[in-house]
Amino acid sequence: MADVTLTIDGKKITVPAGTTVLQAAREKGIFIPTLCHDPKLSPWGGCRLCVVEIEGMRGLPASCVTTATEGMVVQTASPAVLEARRMLLELLLANHPQDCLTCSKNGACSLQDYAYYYGVRGDQFQGEKHAYPVEADNPFIVRDLNKCVLCGKCIRVCDEVQVNNAIDFAHRGFNTRVTPAMDLSLKESEACVFCGNCVQVCPVGALVEKASLWQGRQWELTKVRTTCTFCGVGCNLEVSVKDDRVVRVRGYDNPLVNNGWLCVKGRFGADFADSPERVARPLIRTGARGEGRFREATWDEALDYTARRLTEIKEQYGSRAIAALSSARCTNEENYLMQKFMRAVIGSNNVDHCART
Amino acid sequence: MRDLKEWRQTLQQQDRPADRPSLTVGMSTCGQAAGGARVMAALEAEVKRLGLQVDISQTSCIGMCYAEPIVEVALPGKPRVFYGDMTPERGGRLVASHVVQGVPVREWALIQLPGNASPYEGIPVMPASPYYGRQVRVVTSRLGLTDPESLAEYIATGGYAALEKCLRQMTPEQVVEEIKTSGLRGRGGAGFPTGLKWGFTRSAPGEKKYVVCNADEGDPGAFMDRSVLEGDPFAVIEGMTIAAYAIGADEGYIYCRAEYPLAIKRLKMAIAAAEAKGLLGSNILGSGFNFELHIKAGAGAFVCGEETALLASIEGRRGMPRVRPPFPAQQGLWGKPTNINNVETYANVPYIIQNGGRWFAAMGTEKSKGTKVFCLTGKVKKTGLIEVPMGITLREIIFDIAGGIQDDRRFKAVQIGGPSGGCLPADKLDLPVDYDSLTRAGAIMGSGGMVVMDENTCMVDVARFFLNFTQVESCGKCTPCREGTKRMLEILTRICAGEGRMEDLDTLEGLARVVKNTALCGLGQTCPNPILSTLQNFRHEYEAHIKDKRCPAHVCQALLVYTIDPEKCTGCGACTRACPAGAISGEKKQPHRIDPALCIKCGSCMEKCKFGAISRL
Ligand SMILES: Cc1cc2nc3c(=O)[nH]c(=O)nc-3n(C[C@H](O)[C@H](O)[C@H](O)COP(=O)(O)O)c2cc1C
Ligand code: SF4
Ligand code: SF4
Ligand code: SF4
Ligand code: FES
Repeated sequence: MADVTLTIDGKKITVPAGTTVLQAAREKGIFIPTLCHDPKLSPWGGCRLCVVEIEGMRGLPASCVTTATEGMVVQTASPAVLEARRMLLELLLANHPQDCLTCSKNGACSLQDYAYYYGVRGDQFQGEKHAYPVEADNPFIVRDLNKCVLCGKCIRVCDEVQVNNAIDFAHRGFNTRVTPAMDLSLKESEACVFCGNCVQVCPVGALVEKASLWQGRQWELTKVRTTCTFCGVGCNLEVSVKDDRVVRVRGYDNPLVNNGWLCVKGRFGADFADSPERVARPLIRTGARGEGRFREATWDEALDYTARRLTEIKEQYGSRAIAALSSARCTNEENYLMQKFMRAVIGSNNVDHCART
Repeated sequence: MRDLKEWRQTLQQQDRPADRPSLTVGMSTCGQAAGGARVMAALEAEVKRLGLQVDISQTSCIGMCYAEPIVEVALPGKPRVFYGDMTPERGGRLVASHVVQGVPVREWALIQLPGNASPYEGIPVMPASPYYGRQVRVVTSRLGLTDPESLAEYIATGGYAALEKCLRQMTPEQVVEEIKTSGLRGRGGAGFPTGLKWGFTRSAPGEKKYVVCNADEGDPGAFMDRSVLEGDPFAVIEGMTIAAYAIGADEGYIYCRAEYPLAIKRLKMAIAAAEAKGLLGSNILGSGFNFELHIKAGAGAFVCGEETALLASIEGRRGMPRVRPPFPAQQGLWGKPTNINNVETYANVPYIIQNGGRWFAAMGTEKSKGTKVFCLTGKVKKTGLIEVPMGITLREIIFDIAGGIQDDRRFKAVQIGGPSGGCLPADKLDLPVDYDSLTRAGAIMGSGGMVVMDENTCMVDVARFFLNFTQVESCGKCTPCREGTKRMLEILTRICAGEGRMEDLDTLEGLARVVKNTALCGLGQTCPNPILSTLQNFRHEYEAHIKDKRCPAHVCQALLVYTIDPEKCTGCGACTRACPAGAISGEKKQPHRIDPALCIKCGSCMEKCKFGAISRL
């Protein structure tokens, strides 16, 4: 596709045709605030925070849904733009609980950041605020619609990524809200699979992980990049850790694997990490079969023991007396090795997998 | 069917002159609401009782809604006479005098139609009557005069000649050109040139294309489209069929609000009738051109009138507007190029094709051609549906056609364009009604709602009314509209309650500016207009509410003060008995007084006082 050249805040920028004004500006490091825009989701243009002034265009168009055209002259911080952004933030804050002091999003909240950046205190309008009950009837997600800015990202992620359509906008005007059908809770709706991808895209504290509540402030957390151990896909994780404990799991944006998205297990199943029931060392049975008595062993001892027993059994009963069952929690490579080992070393085709049924 | 012309001629010969009297009752929504059905039943009973040979049928809205129920009496070889304000009781005399003796009841007669027969004396002839004198009826030409459910009558009165002309003599490109020549602009509000839009959709790449008719009509007080759909459904269908031919579509939808059951019923009948005669469906008039038409009933959200929300709603999604471009002409219904026009826009099309684009362009002003249908409501003497040439002045509409203000009170403002429009004061009365003049004056043409207000209307309250409407109808997608309308409404409500501050006016203006500039769709972009236009033209009323805690029009309840003039009060006690709040006290035969702390400002005392001692400030 051909390139177009436009001017943003006096700077000439050349981008491929079809690029939005927002993308073009960001490529040049020009700051434009956004709440409803996500490059991984379909365009929306709802929050209007990203408005800019464009010569020859009526009003203030939203840069995230305006395509850059040849010769376009854009201003991202003109007086009209700043007035509009401040007013929009005032309007959002006028209907926001503003309990940042105890909000678990504090420090990682777009609304808070923009309010700070533009010096908006949210005290210009005193009027009705929503007073929705906070929804916490499921083990994973806490939904506080009082904090929702109706950016619609959760709806789009559920529709376009999870392809689950569990939630949508309902009602009109000031009473517009995001909800599963019939105003049920996520749990009652039975449509939600608790993948939590909506939590990940929520720019404010309307959707948060239940397990992370009161577990640490955003700036106390260390972020560790790792791989999910639940299955062979190998989704990349960004695990937030405090004092060697997992506080929160988010998808890491690796477009080659999971592109940042996760399923319910990877996102909400991290409690095994420091579970007292977790088997951390090899165990060798000491009592009779079924009695449940084991002793701890070293890896060397355990491997030697296993090798010896496999050899004995193969000699005594033949290869086909041995079968191997592996786990969905192993990687593809591990599973491959397991069947290779069985076929080439043991000489048996008796291989199976816990997730086969 | 290949010989439409012949059929038309046969129909015309059969049709009139009728050989027996007929009675026709206006049975559109306005007629029915006024009791048309009861009048019709009474007439039927009377005719049966007298054993007369009379045809009784129904018609649509002729436009004089103020005079419904309307009954037409036609005797063979005599002019058709229309009677207004009919009641079941009046039926007897009407039948006895006009039908049986042939003597019209002059005092009830509104108009008579011109024709070959010599007119009755003392009854205005339609084109010369004050109400119709300045009107030019194109789109409404059949309304109230034909049976809207009869395809035969439609064809006998020239219907489908335009489609036949297109299919037999014109290429699709020529049809688009003809519409361009006419200068027709969209009647749904924005006034986009229709020919251009058709051209875009025609040239958009793609095999599959759609035409859609926007019959969502959600402005409070507007019923133009309903009247046209109820009164001439075939014209809309013919217009859409021509559009489909012109742009290369083979399928269409009419999106009609479910609150218009009669319109939907008549559309369904009309579609079935046209299909049965090969005027819709496959191989229309033997030309090889196919067009299938569906009706989609909308749940009545105002925002679903916005074209992208409307298309989403047809697709079964929530009616929320999306950013344009891409425009529907490029990517519309299910992503296919789609031409979407308003009811009245389509209804104009057959007339333009039949009479030529130049004929249409000769009416109206330089940039606004043709006629426009308006719904006149509010405090005028004659409310109703009118069709006027573009460029007529507001004064002509309000004073000449509608007869001026009820009870000869003072004109205060006219609200044009519904929730997106503005209020124009008396000094704008000589403004020509065309797209550009209205926009310049701070109102908009809109779809054609015109609400006339007199001195008893509070302009702050009017702004509050419209903001309340837009707030509850906002789709909630974008921040300025969803949250901004809420705060503007709260401020207006506060001012009406006497709790406003002068800074509120600046805040209102600031909010209005931002909402206008940043909202995604037309609803949000125009919703501040009622505030901006009243602030511009009636700022003193806002200030009176804020500074003097007074509502000059005596509308805002919280600001009313009822007092008793001790000079005039005779101490009869009628007010004390009328007051539901126990706020009035006083000895018998002594002047009474009202306790402002208890008074709930219902006004009951004032109605009851025979001595005019109670006043409202
Ligand atoms: C909030 C909103 C409501 C609208 N409602 C209607 C409506 O009820 N009927 C209509 O024809 N157009 C309505 N429109 C205009 C349509 O979006 C569109 O412009 C029109 O249907 C195009 O037809 P036209 O070119 O024939 O006017 C509305 C627009 C907005 C923004
Ligand atoms: S958790 Fe997943 S399935 Fe449930 S609402 Fe969020 S995105 Fe949809
Ligand atoms: S819950 Fe979060 S992601 Fe969903 S609409 Fe509200 S603010 Fe946006
Ligand atoms: S302006 Fe109002 S109606 Fe239009 S998209 Fe925004 S919220 Fe919806
Ligand atoms: S980021 Fe552009 S409108 Fe929300």
